[in-house]
Parts: sequence; structure tokens; C-alpha cells
Amino acid sequence: MLKNSMRAKRIIIREEYCMGCRLCEVYCITQHSKSKDIMKCYRGEEPRPVSRIYFEEKGPISFALQCRHCDDAPCLYACLTGAMYKDKKTGRILHNADKCVGCWMCIMVCPYGVIRPDFEKKKIASKCDLCVEAEFPACVEHCPNEAIILVDEEGNRMKKD
Amino acid sequence: MAKAKKLSEFRVERDEEKCIKCQVCVRMCANDVHTYDPETDTVRADSFKCVGCHFCEDLCPTAAITIEYNPTQTKENAHWKRESIYDIVKQARTGGILLTGMGNDQAYKNYFDHLVLNASQVTNPSIDPLREPMELRIHLGRKPDKIDCRLQMTEEGRKKYQIRTRIPPQLELEVPILFTAMSFGSISLNACKSLAKAACKFGTYWNTGEGGLHRDLYPYAHRAIVQVASGRFGVNEEYLERAAAIEIKIGQGAKPGIGGHLPGEKVSEEISHTRMIPIGTDALSPAPHHDIYSIEDLKQLIFALKEATRYTKPVGVKIAAVHNVAPIASGIVRAGADFVAIDGIRGGTGAAPTIIRNNVGIPIELAIAAVDQRLREEGIRNQVSLIAAGGFRSSADVTKGIALGADAVYIGTAALIALGCHVCQKCYTGKCNWGIATQDPYLTKRLNPEIGAEHAGNLLRAWSLEIKEMMGGMGINVIDSLRGNREQLRALGLNEVELRLLGLKHAGEAW
Amino acid sequence: MKTEYLIIGNSITGVSCLEAIREVDNKGKIIVVSDEKILNYSRPLISYYLGKKLSKEKMAFRNKDFYEENKVELLLDTQAEKIDVAEKEVHLDSGEKLKFQKLLISTGGKPVIPPIEGLNKSREGVFTFTKFQDAREIEDYLQANDITKAVVLGAGLIGLKCTEGLLKRGLKVSLVELADRILANTFDRKASSILEEALQAEGCQVIKEDTIIRIDSSRGAIKKVVLRKGKDIPTNLLIIAIGVRPNLNLVKDTSINYDKGIVVDDHLQTNIQDIYAAGDVAQGKDLLTQKTSLMAIWPVASHQGKVAGLNMAGKPTKYFGSFIMNSVELAGIPTISFGITNPPAEAKNLETLSKTDEDRGSYRKIVLRQNKMVGAIFLGKIERAGIFSQLIKDKIDVSSFKKDLLSDEFGLLVLPTEYRKHLVQGEGIEV
Ligand SMILES: Cc1cc2nc3c(=O)[nH]c(=O)nc-3n(C[C@H](O)[C@H](O)[C@H](O)COP(=O)(O)OP(=O)(O)OC[C@H]3O[C@@H](n4cnc5c(N)ncnc54)[C@H](O)[C@@H]3O)c2cc1C
Ligand code: SF4
Ligand code: SF4
Ligand code: SF4
Ligand code: SF4
Repeated sequence: MLKNSMRAKRIIIREEYCMGCRLCEVYCITQHSKSKDIMKCYRGEEPRPVSRIYFEEKGPISFALQCRHCDDAPCLYACLTGAMYKDKKTGRILHNADKCVGCWMCIMVCPYGVIRPDFEKKKIASKCDLCVEAEFPACVEHCPNEAIILVDEEGNRMKKD
Repeated sequence: MAKAKKLSEFRVERDEEKCIKCQVCVRMCANDVHTYDPETDTVRADSFKCVGCHFCEDLCPTAAITIEYNPTQTKENAHWKRESIYDIVKQARTGGILLTGMGNDQAYKNYFDHLVLNASQVTNPSIDPLREPMELRIHLGRKPDKIDCRLQMTEEGRKKYQIRTRIPPQLELEVPILFTAMSFGSISLNACKSLAKAACKFGTYWNTGEGGLHRDLYPYAHRAIVQVASGRFGVNEEYLERAAAIEIKIGQGAKPGIGGHLPGEKVSEEISHTRMIPIGTDALSPAPHHDIYSIEDLKQLIFALKEATRYTKPVGVKIAAVHNVAPIASGIVRAGADFVAIDGIRGGTGAAPTIIRNNVGIPIELAIAAVDQRLREEGIRNQVSLIAAGGFRSSADVTKGIALGADAVYIGTAALIALGCHVCQKCYTGKCNWGIATQDPYLTKRLNPEIGAEHAGNLLRAWSLEIKEMMGGMGINVIDSLRGNREQLRALGLNEVELRLLGLKHAGEAW
Repeated sequence: MKTEYLIIGNSITGVSCLEAIREVDNKGKIIVVSDEKILNYSRPLISYYLGKKLSKEKMAFRNKDFYEENKVELLLDTQAEKIDVAEKEVHLDSGEKLKFQKLLISTGGKPVIPPIEGLNKSREGVFTFTKFQDAREIEDYLQANDITKAVVLGAGLIGLKCTEGLLKRGLKVSLVELADRILANTFDRKASSILEEALQAEGCQVIKEDTIIRIDSSRGAIKKVVLRKGKDIPTNLLIIAIGVRPNLNLVKDTSINYDKGIVVDDHLQTNIQDIYAAGDVAQGKDLLTQKTSLMAIWPVASHQGKVAGLNMAGKPTKYFGSFIMNSVELAGIPTISFGITNPPAEAKNLETLSKTDEDRGSYRKIVLRQNKMVGAIFLGKIERAGIFSQLIKDKIDVSSFKKDLLSDEFGLLVLPTEYRKHLVQGEGIEV
């Protein structure tokens, strides 16, 4: 049996429940920090990681968008270097910063616009990896209103136990 | 006179050591308490604006915030309490009626806290609810005086009993707790949805209040009690048709004798549609029904509604617990009501004049006892179901209420607390941070009805388990046997008059 | 020798094709033939190599074990010389004949060489720029000679990428372009001029409305180029980059249909059953015109390769077409372009919106046809450009949010609720 997080496929957004608190970003940043500790990450860790989330807000509507881990991912087609790849076991779309040259081909085709460039370093600055290193996606775990939920391959909701 | 400062009820403390300046609090406080100053890179708080709802405290990822009562010591004495002083200051400035939300918060004697329950020892066995069936199911509605039951032989020559009496329509509840009337308007649609969903799932009922039935709530209408109130908002054929039962609202415990007023700014498109009034107009519920000035008038309305629904659903009447509650209830029963809901002085509200809420009406405990007693004496107790409301806080309160004579209990504030309410009593401002008592689209989305329904359902589940435990202890396995069973109650520290009114013995007195 | 699947060309199209075949068929034998020596490399990265931003190893878009993992027989340094359609056979330069059941032609493109006087006399110092070998040879040439100046003929994307690489190495570059502006096929006048200025600031001389008519060389090595307007530029290095065209050598004398490229159907099959073509060599469906056209870009090549592979392996998959798009950073300015970027003035049914933000050095332009996007330019600020590509692909009517198209805050939130929900709640995108 795969671990919970391994079966995880996609985060579903329910914008009608997003309060706009952006806690998801706080925890995404923490999860991708060196220490993975909220205090250490925010108080002193340099550079602080960038959130993998694109938070959008207009009037009362808001939502937190992250990579959809597309079944047939356009970014894979576009990537010039093979830095963007599909993990065979989990079907996740992951990014290998080592290979990335910053050609922004993936940014050109990602229909959700969820890849963040780092123009200085000429590398993708952030793209959701569904928290590969954690047991459960940090943003989903900490969303106070279940405005983002995790589903598996079949679309069944997964909760952290 | 010195320029008066604003009153600050609370103090917002931020632990700078812990604050990571994520600004979640800044984004989330509807009262704009927190602000971020990029120049100094600090998050600041304006305590004056804080209403003590604790929303920011709950969300702060590092638990950096504490909301506490402002310890500033206004000089008070046994007579001049802080609240009285502050209220006067407020009124001296505004010249207006003070408004408030939620139920009465005054330190009146709380009879529930002076009642204790019985338990079986030796002479009769207690029952273990985990091992033996325990029945919480009740039926609300008029019960016939007697049942005409005949033994018949079928054509095949077999015996068969046939009930000849026509049984009036009944509501079947899996637990003797209902969600009380809270209109869409006073609370958000998501709050209504949460309760409606929970009621359906748990096999009990919710109440639309006087705000009509929003179409998103149609899927839950088969478990809705719909109100017909003095404003007649949203009342039409479909409304009555879809409902499980109808409740004529005469009064409400938080503001007996007072009408309702939903200010125009809250009358959004959805509310206007549901209440059937123009967008932006004030929704005024007159203090009385202008067609009801007597029990006879009430009877007309009851039967008009029964006719309209072809006698298929119970029609009840809700009143506030006032001095004459017992004879009034008796009149209501005689006017044909299938259930009477009585709302005590601690009943909640979305908005009421503080002075009314705090000073008008009587406690529900006394009202239940008085009404139950009176109806029994008149021999008409069976003709009606009695639903008690107003300040029920726990399964013990519910159990005691039933033992005093209620058939079932309406809960309001307790249900809202399950949805997140922190009883800050600022419902009337429409800025409920928890998305409950508000129509502001920025705030209503904070209540996810899936979570709300789960929590409200959990509360019903927890209470019913506890009620079963208490019943088991008393050796009772059917909730019907607890109703009006005052022998199961004893009073603690009540005087003779109170004992008489409640129909109770003092603790220490045996059968 | 016999094989189930034969793929000619080991670039992105060929590789995507074999990956797709393996998704469906784990056993069938696959042979890939490549006339290059290198295992695999990303063609668009050769300018990075030239500019010393990447080592040879880092140019691979699939790792060393890739072919083994996929059980593929890779024949490097082997040229396919002839396709025998009737026999279902491909003849290799080694003399070997390969029988196939399914064939993919993904031979890509080859540079266009204009007839310039003196070109064939000059064997040293004149290069094209499409393959790793080209970059390698230029590199060697630069190492061996003391070169400070170069001329690049053609200010298209390849010419400019090459120019970038050379500038990065500290060379002075003269860019010669026949049109009245650089990148005339990719951008509009405004975008071209912004980039032109930026290039000039980096030490590039831009010569427009002119071309090279003669090359002078001595002892086989280039010395100078002479322009049509009369000027001459002394140089020891000339790069010819006036375009690529499909590499049709293999199909020329066969019954396989071709126009400008090999004509393929909705399943990327040629007119001959079991013979497929994809990538730069193919002429596939253009989503914007619904006709077939050449689209020599990487994402189209990889997508077509995949669709061809699935079809070859027996999983019928339709190719819905694509449109031209590009992402390049030039003179430090990131750019992205889609579809029709420079509608002719007489095209009455096309509407354009544009915005320049001098402070932030950004330019954005949107081209609409009957309220549906058919093209766009992003200069400077390119974040979230992909959302626009989806609007083009899905032919979304933008009338309700037209005013937001140029806003910096553009995001999914401005899209019509239904469409947005379809996007974010759906199963992820289906291409
Ligand atoms: C310098 C440069 C920069 C580019 N930059 C970009 C960019 O930024 N973005 C973008 O989208 N696209 C870019 N492109 C285009 C992109 O590289 C092509 O679209 C892509 O490489 C096409 O892949 P392909 O597999 O169809 O053809 P190719 O990459 O051309 O590969 C064809 C292969 O087949 C081999 N071959 C040909 N004939 C035979 C034969 N008879 N036998 C055996 N092997 C044969 C060739 O040697 C070659 O290895 C660039 C191209 C170049 C040259
Ligand atoms: S944590 Fe949840 S509610 Fe808060 S912004 Fe993120 S998605 Fe919205
Ligand atoms: S980055 Fe974009 S295109 Fe790639 S998988 Fe994620 S959502 Fe899809
Ligand atoms: S799943 Fe993890 S990486 Fe992805 S957005 Fe959420 S917290 Fe960030
Ligand atoms: S939510 Fe807590 S940590 Fe964040 S800014 Fe407010 S006080 Fe600081």
C-alpha cells in the first residue's frame, strides 16, 4: 500500500468557502523551508521559500490555486530540458531545479498560471509538489475552512488521519 | 468636559516573540482591529474595535494573539456595575436605544443550576444504554383523548387490530431536540444550511424563522418547521406545501411584545427574493399580528393554515414566556394548536433592545412547569406537544426540561456555538466574523456548511448519548416516560414558592 | 532486421513518440535511428551552450539510462537513406534494411541556405545554427581563432538566440535582416523596437532592410560580407540563420504526400497507412486556421510525437491541432508570444488591445477575432501567460472580461465563473 500522500493526486478548490486568510500559503512556505518549523522559517531563515500557491482575490471571492497535476500536462510537453517530469509512481508533476534553465516554456503553456519564475536565478521559483516530503499537503491540512481538499486518482476525498 | 475616549471592552495582546507577521489576523478581522505597518514591519491592534469574537486568536498560526477583558478598573460598586456605567456613557453620546444580540446575559437565578436528577439504586435497576435499547424517539403533535381500537377478523379468518381513531399529523423526531427558529436574514444562508443538513441527517427538525424558505434549502424542507409571523415574510402556498409543520410566531423570549426589524442594507437580492419584499427595504415585523387580537383570531389563523395544508401537517404557536404563560398556552391549545413553543427569558436573538432583552419575560424552567401543570389540570395536556426554548446549554438542561414537562427542546445559541459562535453578542452589527449572523459575502463564506452540519450533528449525537446515560441511570428506557416526571428532579436551595411553582421536592426529600 | 516500431530522428518528437508507445505497449520492439552522434540533446539549448551557460551534459532532455529503461534500440550516427513504402522497409546508410510495422518520420528541419555569391568558396567561418554539431563547430572555431566580431544573417528567433550566445561570449555582432525590423514573424512593430533597442544596448548592430549578397574569402576562410545596399562588413564569422524548412529528403521520391511539410491527418498518419510523421517535418493542424501548417516549435513537436506514438501503438488518439507560440529571453527581456501577433491593417475582423508600462519595462498585446483570443505578446512581464494560451485553445469569448486582459492582476478570477470552475475543479487539463 502506498502511503496516504502517495495516492494523493490533486487538490480541489472550493472557492465558495475560501475565506482569504492565506494560511495555506503560510504553511506551504513553512513546509518548503529548511527547518520546516514555522517560527524558524519566518524568523530568520534566509532566503524564505516562496509559496507554491497563487492566491487570487477579487471582491468577496478568493481562492488558493496550486498546480493541478494535470493528467496530460502541457508543461511536460513544453519543457525544453526535461526538468519538469511526471513521477511514475504517483503521477505527480514535479520539477527538477537542477536541470531548469529558466526558458519559461512551462509558464507559457500552464493553463492555470501556477508556475512562478525566478528571473534572477533563471529557475522556476516555485511549483506545487503536493508536499512530497510531508505526509499530507500542508495547505490542505491547515486550511481552516476546507476550502481546498485533497482527492486521489478516483476523485475520492482524502483526509489526514 | 474632557473629550470622551471610546470604551474598550477588550485588550488585544500580541506576543511579538511569536508573531511572524503573516497578517492572517489583518485579513480576517471584520472589525479592522489589526493593521500591518510596512514601514516598521509590525502588526498593530486597535483594541477599541475588538468585540471579543476570538476569530483572529483561533486562526493565528503561532498563537501569538490573546484577547482578554480590558483589566482597566472602572470604579464600580455593588450597585453601579461597570456595564451600567458604560451603557450610560454610550447613551449619553448617542441618545439612542441600546441594541444587543444573543440571549439575556443577566445574573438572574438559573433554575437548571438548582435542579438535580435522580438515579436508581437497589430498589429499581438502572439500564445500560450500551447494552439495552434506549428510545429517544418522540412524536410531536396533538394526541387523541382515547384510541378506538377494534379487533376484526380478516376474510382469511385471521385476527387483526384496527385503529379507528384518526391520528392527527405528527412530527417524528429521533431525538427530542430541534433547531429553533433563526431566519435567513438574521443568520447566513450557510448557517441555515448547516442546521438544516444536520437536522435531516439526524432525524429532527429545523425552523426557518420568519425569513422564508430560500430555494437552496428546498432539499431540507421536508424537515423544516416554517414560521408564519407578523410580517408574513415569504409565506406562500409553496412555502407551506414544502414544510413539515407550521409555526405561528406570536412572540420571542428575547423580546416579548416587540416586533422585528431587519435593516434595508441587509435585504440583499437573495433575502429579498426569499422574503418576497423589495431589495433594500427594511423588513419590519410588527409587534402584534394585526389580525390577531384574541384567542378566537388566533384560532382562525390556525385553521386557515390547516385548511390550506389540508390537515396534513401540525400547526403550532410560538410565544414568549410571560407572566400569564399558562392560561395563554391553555387558550392556544383550545384554539387548535398541535404544539406550543414557549421561549423563555434567556432566548436568543439576532437583535433586540438591550433593555427589553434583559428585563422582560420569565425563565423557561418556571414556564414549562406552569404550563405543563395547567394543561394537566385542565385535562388537555395530551392535546398538545410542548416545545421549550431559551437558553438550553447542555444535555442536562434538556433532560431537566423534559422532566419538568416539555416534550422537546429547541436549541438556538447552543447550535450556533457548534457552528463557531463565540457569543460575542454583536449579531446585530452584521459583522459576525464566524460567518453566522451576517449577510456580508466576505463573511458568510467563512462558514462551510459541510463543516457546520458536521459539528451541529456531532452536538446532537453527543447530547443524545448523554441523555441516554442519564435516563439509564434513572432506570428509564423511553424518553416519553421522563416527560413531566418531576419525581426524577429535586431542587437545591430553592424556596417554598419556587418549589411549589416547579412542582418539585427539595433535595433530601424522599418520595 | 525486423521491428514493430521504427522511428527516424532522435530529437524531441522521436523521444515523445517512443515514450507514448511504451505507455501502451511494453513489449513491442522499438528502433530509433539518428544521424547524430550525441545521445540526445535539446536543440533550443544550443545557444545556451554557445553562450557557455550550459555544459554538453546538461543539454540532454532525457538521462543516460532512458533508452535502456524503455527497452529501445538506438542507432546513433546512422542515416536513413530511403523509405521503401511497398516493402515497409527503411534503408540505412550502413546498407542495412529495417523492416517495420509502424514508422515515424521525425526528421525535423534543416537550415535554409540562400544563394550567396562566394558562399561555396568559403569553407571556414561560415555556419548554420540548428544542431549541436553547429554549436560545437562554432565553439571550436572561436577557440582556435581570435575572433571578436560576427555577422548573423537573419533576425528570426534562431538568429537572435545565436546572437545572444555570441554576445554572451563578448563578441560584437552585426545582425543583418531583410525585413524592416527584427523578429518580424513573431512580434509586432512595438515589441520588435523594444527588443531592438535592448539588443543595441548590449553591443549588437542591427542592420535592417538589407541582406548579404557576397562573401569574400581568402584561402577558403571568410573575410568580409558585402551587403546589398553597398556596405561591407569585415568579419571572420558568419552565421546563416534565415530559417529552417522540413527535412523532406526521405519522402521526396516516395508515394508519401507532402506539401511544405509531410501532410498528416488527425491521427498524424501520412497518406500511407502505418507511416506517421510528426514534429518539425510534419504539416499538421493549425487550431487558429483549421488548416494544416508548419509549426516548428518544441511543444508541438513533443505533443505530436506523443499522439503519433499512441496511435502507432494502437490507442486511437486525435490530434486537435495547435498554434504557434514561443518563449524566449532576449537581451535580458523575457518574452512570450502566441498565434497572430501582428494582424495586417486590412484585417478588419481582428481587434487588438495593448498596454505599455514603461516603468516596469513591460508590454502586453492581445489580438482578438470576434471576441476570441487568437494571439498575444508579453514582454517583460510574462507571469501567468499560460492562462491566455488556454483561452486561445478553448476559444473562450472574452467580452465579459476584456478590460481585464491587460491588467497586471489578470488571473483565473476574472474568467467567467462557470469556465473558471470547470478549470479548477476539473480533472486537470486535457490537451
Ligand atoms: C537553435 C534553435 C532554437 C530553438 N529554440 C526553440 C525555442 O526556444 N522554442 C521552441 O518551441 N522551439 C525552438 N526550436 C525549435 C525546436 O527545436 C524544434 O521544434 C524541435 O527540435 C523539433 O523536433 P523534431 O524532433 O521534430 O526535429 P529535430 O529536432 O530537428 O530532430 C530531427 C532529428 O532527426 C535527425 N534526422 C534527420 N534526418 C535523418 C535521417 N535521414 N536519418 C536519421 N536521422 C535523421 C536529425 O539529425 C535530428 O536529430 C529551436 C530550434 C533551433 C534549431
Ligand atoms: S487557507 Fe483555505 S480559506 Fe484560507 S486562503 Fe487558503 S484556501 Fe482560502
Ligand atoms: S504546472 Fe500547470 S500545466 Fe503543469 S501539471 Fe501543473 S497545472 Fe498542469
Ligand atoms: S500541496 Fe504542498 S506544495 Fe502544493 S501548494 Fe499545498 S502546501 Fe504547497
Ligand atoms: S495572525 Fe498571528 S502571527 Fe500572523 S500577523 Fe497576526 S498575530 Fe502575527
